[in-house]
Amino acid sequence: MGDWKTVTVPVLSSDSKNIFQYTSEKKISPPNMNSQVLRLPLPSSKSMHSFFSAFCTEENIEQSISYLNRELTTLGFPSIYAESKGKELNLISIINCMNELLVLQHKNLRAQEEEQLELSKREIVGLQERDRQLQSKNRNLHQLLKNEKDEVQKLQNIISSRATQYNHDMKRKEREYNKLKERLHQLVMNKKDKKIAMEVLNYVGRADGKRGAWRTDKTEARNEEQMYKVLLNDYEQRQKQLLLENAELKKVLQQMKKEIISLLPPQKQKPKERSEDGPVLSDLEEDIGELNKENMWELSCETVREQLTNSIRKQWRMLKNHVEKLDNQVSRVHSGTLNDKDVISREDHELETEKLELEIQQCKEMIKTQQQLLQQQLMSPCDDDTTLLLQDCYLLEERERLQEEWRLFQEQKKNFEKERRSFTEAAIRLGLERKAFEEDRGAWLKQQFLSMSTDYKQSENVTTPSAFIGTSDQDNRVVNSMSQQKKPHCMLSGPISAESCQTSQYISHNSFNAALKKPAGDSKPNQWEESDKEETE
Amino acid sequence: MDFSELFKLSGLLGRFSPDGKCLASCVQYRLIIRDVNTLQILQLYTCLDQIQYIEWSSDSLFILCAMYKRGIVQVWSLEQPDWHCKIDEGSAGLVASCWSPDGRHILNTTEFHLRITVWSLCTKSVSYIKYPKACQQGIAFTKDGRYMAVAERRDCKDFVSLFVCSNWQLLRHFDTETQDLFGIEWAPNGCVLAVWDTCLEYKILLYSLDGRLLSTYQAYEWSLGIKSIAWSPSSQFLAIGSYDEKVRILNHVTWKKITEFEHPATVTNTKTIVYKEVEKSPSVETERFSFPPTRALASSVFSTQSKYDISQVPVSFQYIKPVADRANPKMGIGMLAFSPDNCFLATKNDNIPNAVWIWDIQKLKLFVVLEQLCAIQSFQWDPRQPRLAVCTGNSKVYLWSPAGCVSVQVPTEGDFQIVSLCWHPSGDSMALLSKDNFCVCYLEREELCRQIFP
Repeated sequence: MGDWKTVTVPVLSSDSKNIFQYTSEKKISPPNMNSQVLRLPLPSSKSMHSFFSAFCTEENIEQSISYLNRELTTLGFPSIYAESKGKELNLISIINCMNELLVLQHKNLRAQEEEQLELSKREIVGLQERDRQLQSKNRNLHQLLKNEKDEVQKLQNIISSRATQYNHDMKRKEREYNKLKERLHQLVMNKKDKKIAMEVLNYVGRADGKRGAWRTDKTEARNEEQMYKVLLNDYEQRQKQLLLENAELKKVLQQMKKEIISLLPPQKQKPKERSEDGPVLSDLEEDIGELNKENMWELSCETVREQLTNSIRKQWRMLKNHVEKLDNQVSRVHSGTLNDKDVISREDHELETEKLELEIQQCKEMIKTQQQLLQQQLMSPCDDDTTLLLQDCYLLEERERLQEEWRLFQEQKKNFEKERRSFTEAAIRLGLERKAFEEDRGAWLKQQFLSMSTDYKQSENVTTPSAFIGTSDQDNRVVNSMSQQKKPHCMLSGPISAESCQTSQYISHNSFNAALKKPAGDSKPNQWEESDKEETE
Repeated sequence: MDFSELFKLSGLLGRFSPDGKCLASCVQYRLIIRDVNTLQILQLYTCLDQIQYIEWSSDSLFILCAMYKRGIVQVWSLEQPDWHCKIDEGSAGLVASCWSPDGRHILNTTEFHLRITVWSLCTKSVSYIKYPKACQQGIAFTKDGRYMAVAERRDCKDFVSLFVCSNWQLLRHFDTETQDLFGIEWAPNGCVLAVWDTCLEYKILLYSLDGRLLSTYQAYEWSLGIKSIAWSPSSQFLAIGSYDEKVRILNHVTWKKITEFEHPATVTNTKTIVYKEVEKSPSVETERFSFPPTRALASSVFSTQSKYDISQVPVSFQYIKPVADRANPKMGIGMLAFSPDNCFLATKNDNIPNAVWIWDIQKLKLFVVLEQLCAIQSFQWDPRQPRLAVCTGNSKVYLWSPAGCVSVQVPTEGDFQIVSLCWHPSGDSMALLSKDNFCVCYLEREELCRQIFP
């Protein structure tokens, strides 16, 4: 089988590639053939299907069959073709080959299993060995420990024996030493060393000034007495201190007792406890009574003390139990409430978040629709509805415009009103000023007339100057008005009077112009007549 | 804080008089009496040999100087400088000498502890006490000076004799259940005598004034036992420091242990304050104490300032494990002292030589630890208030009070290694002693409340 033709099989999975690899290596290492080919992991069902479908399809049946035939013949199986060159397949041989292949597969699987079994057996053996080693180590360590302990004990014994020996030796040496000392002492004393003396200039008086006393029995007794006195003093002091402490502690205990009794709730007691507490309470009450009495007298008998401590212990235990019960309840309640709270809060929280999310969605949708509508309006073709809508929009626009215009109109109206008001005021003021001016004018004319009448008799060429007089009068008037102007300025009556002066100036100017205009060549009396007319007006 | 100048000293013999007026110091064979406030020399006495021990009498009128080599005790009077007294023990030798509480008798312990001779300055009488015990604290006087307890040993057994100091009458004589009595100490109320055993056996016995055994306490067996003990000023507590680095406190009512104070190498309790001495970089800046400026300048150049920092708990200390094959190992609680107001207990664990541990007795807890740069040489409580002075062998003195602690550099020109210190009875000043010199430090009352660590 030398010629290896490339078989056109659609390469879909890597498994097929592997198959080709293995088969190509077949010639190189025939003994590993089986194992190599069969060491392929059994493909899973999916890949199997794909594998199978990959290998042989409707198009390459012939080629795949010939390929298989080649493979089987190289493996030593009979050909699957009925004849060597035919295309008919020998079904029996195919089945036989399949069977052989299955048997081979089974064998190989078993071989694998056996391998695994051997491996695990070896492992077990190894672990057992290790276990044995560790156990032996453990035993050794135990033994060592025991040995060490024994040694320690031995050493301790040795120490103690050495200590006793040492003490004995020390004592022996000390006795020797004492003997030497005695000898020495004797020698020293015997020598009667005159040097051993005290040289003193003069003897000093005693510190307390008294004279020295002989040592007699009396003094001895007195000393003993003194010693005992000192001791007794010390003991008395200590006893006082202890009494004080005791009294304080008793007070504290009593207070504690009272407080404990007050803390214990009587209603929570069960009937059993009540029956127990009954005698106890009565005992306690008795105790309290007794103790109060006792404290009054400040005695402290043992029995009373014991009773006090016992009663306090009992009460304390009751209080402890009570507190523990409360603790349990509280913890249960606490955990329960916490859970509920958590649940409720979480639920609430979730509900609220959901609501908010819905709202957000709704708003978003609204915005979207509005945007769409806008776009439609701008882009899409108009329908009747849309035109109506548009019209409506236009109307709306117009309406808005109208509204704005109305607003403007209103404002302007207001402004006009204001102006009108101001004008009317001004007109009223004008009228008043005119009146005032007329009066002034009348007065002035009178004056003039009076003066003129006196002057007229004197001179007749006053006509021409009369015209000028008019102007001069006007000028005078102006001057007067000026002076009048000035006067108000001096009087600080303000612009109103100045205005009036100006207006009067204006009026006088007008009137005089009018007067001048009308009669160009009128004689003075005409003028005067006019002025009189004006005056009469 | 004012410091005097340095004066010569030998043998660490600097003592204030009990009435607080004078300060006695020795230089070789000379005894110099100075006025406390001015440090002017009031008296100068010359003895026959190098003085090994001096002690004031209780009324401050006399002072004894003991010369052990020559076996001579010389007594000087302050009222009458011409008065002299010499006690020669001759061939008997002299090992120890002390005053009796009335200030008129001198108790000399002869060599080999053969006997104790009681010399009287008032009369010609001499008394002998035989078989005194050769131990550290063999003689103990009650605080009121009425009774004296003497430890004795006869026939390999320990005894205690109680004497009445007024006439030296033997009041009680009883044996003690100790292997080898190491020391005796009266309670401040004078009613209980504590007797403890050698360090090979942890045992302390408490006897009443009339000789009855009140109680025995034994914490453990076999290991090294008691190293030091201290009574509280109110006689309420008895603190026992042992070689296992613990202090056990017994109460006076039941004589049972009420608590144990441990001294571990690491302090972990967050409520404990640990003051650690750190060196400040030397600077010639203004100091907060009223020194004359010249001295300050001089000192600051040659010495390094130090200050206290508060270390954050947990703190580890330098722990020394002593060599196991030597006797009297440097381990365990070597120093114990109660404060005069009964509120604090200062201890030193010899395994941690740089630290002073201050315990609050009201709460029975560790309050403060002072960690120094050098090993603690000695500490003393102020006789009037809870103020502790510590010296570590350098030229600084350290003060601790509940308000805080401060490190003060003694302004000296040369080397001044403070090895010991002693307070003035009023608590206003203290003498700082080194091998060759001493100086007096005057404290102001306001110093109490100042916390000085920048």
